[in-house]
Amino acid sequence: MTSATTTLNPTVEAVGGDVPDYFALLKPRVMVLVIFTALVGMSVSQGHVQPAIGAISLFAIAVGAGASGCLNMWWDADIDAVMSRTATRPIPAGRITPGEALGFGLFLSVASVLVLGLAANLLAAGLLAFTIVFYAVIYSMWLKRATAQNIVIGGAAGALPPVIGQAVVTGGIGIESLVLFAIIFIWTPPHFWALALIKAGEYARAGIPMMPNVAGPDSTRRQIVWYSLLLAPLGLVPVALGFGGLLYAVIGTVGGLGMVGLSVRVLRNRTGEAERKAAMGLFGFSILYLFALFSALLAEQSLGLFRAVVA
Amino acid sequence: MAREPEIQYRPLTPEEEARRRKRSVAIALALGAMVLLFFVLTIAKLGPQVLNRPL
Repeated sequence: MTSATTTLNPTVEAVGGDVPDYFALLKPRVMVLVIFTALVGMSVSQGHVQPAIGAISLFAIAVGAGASGCLNMWWDADIDAVMSRTATRPIPAGRITPGEALGFGLFLSVASVLVLGLAANLLAAGLLAFTIVFYAVIYSMWLKRATAQNIVIGGAAGALPPVIGQAVVTGGIGIESLVLFAIIFIWTPPHFWALALIKAGEYARAGIPMMPNVAGPDSTRRQIVWYSLLLAPLGLVPVALGFGGLLYAVIGTVGGLGMVGLSVRVLRNRTGEAERKAAMGLFGFSILYLFALFSALLAEQSLGLFRAVVA
Repeated sequence: MAREPEIQYRPLTPEEEARRRKRSVAIALALGAMVLLFFVLTIAKLGPQVLNRPL
């Protein structure tokens, strides 16, 4: 009698994903932003760090951010599958199994915190661990599906890299990185809600309580204006504290006025194509604004362009 | 006597094999990079004075 044989198709687990799929799990664009903001946090700090230690620390911070992005994709695969922007991500597209993503994310989380602890100090490593847990657990697993303030509170995770950067250089937390933290924190709601106004239908379908779905588009637009009004002067605090120079002051003033102006445009244009254009205009400009602010700080600190505005 | 059923996976397609090979190379490179990272970290932490000690 012949032996019974069962022929199975190898599952995605047996075949495995492509290398770029694993890279995509780390949200590379977020990693670039994290490297950039952490680097600015390092550059505004009073202190010195060996280039090799600084580079390894930045790498560890970036990998830690990537790991939290990976864990977020593991947890949110069900949501990602029903949203057009995220449906092609590796897990909902079936190229990587959730288990693989979980293992990959956990390994990178532990490894990045260990390396940062060895390279820099325990405070920096602790802050990185806190950031990963905050983003993956507090934000992804809890806040995102529970409250319309999800991205407001969750924004803290995205705002922490400059603080980690300063901890790497000085071993402590100073006012400079706390101001940068506050700027990113207050910048996050108008940035995200501009997109959420356009994607409100998709978020509703995915069951995510974003502000436009919960409080309504008009309330969201008013809140966007309030946050921008807060952000514009907050963006100039580095000048008042003396670590933002003339270049920063000019960019901060023009950019802050731009944020307020575009937010008011979002408030006024509530229907049709004008609504979409206003919201996407604010979304795009908000990225440019934050990038320009931090670039100005980096250029002033590292290229010798600093010209004091406040004596 | 009937034997235990054997599970036979279908052979991987050339495309799947290529994917597996690329993944293996990527893991090897990542391991190599980690070795290099820890080496550089060790040298940077020890500093240039490490060999300057009384014998």
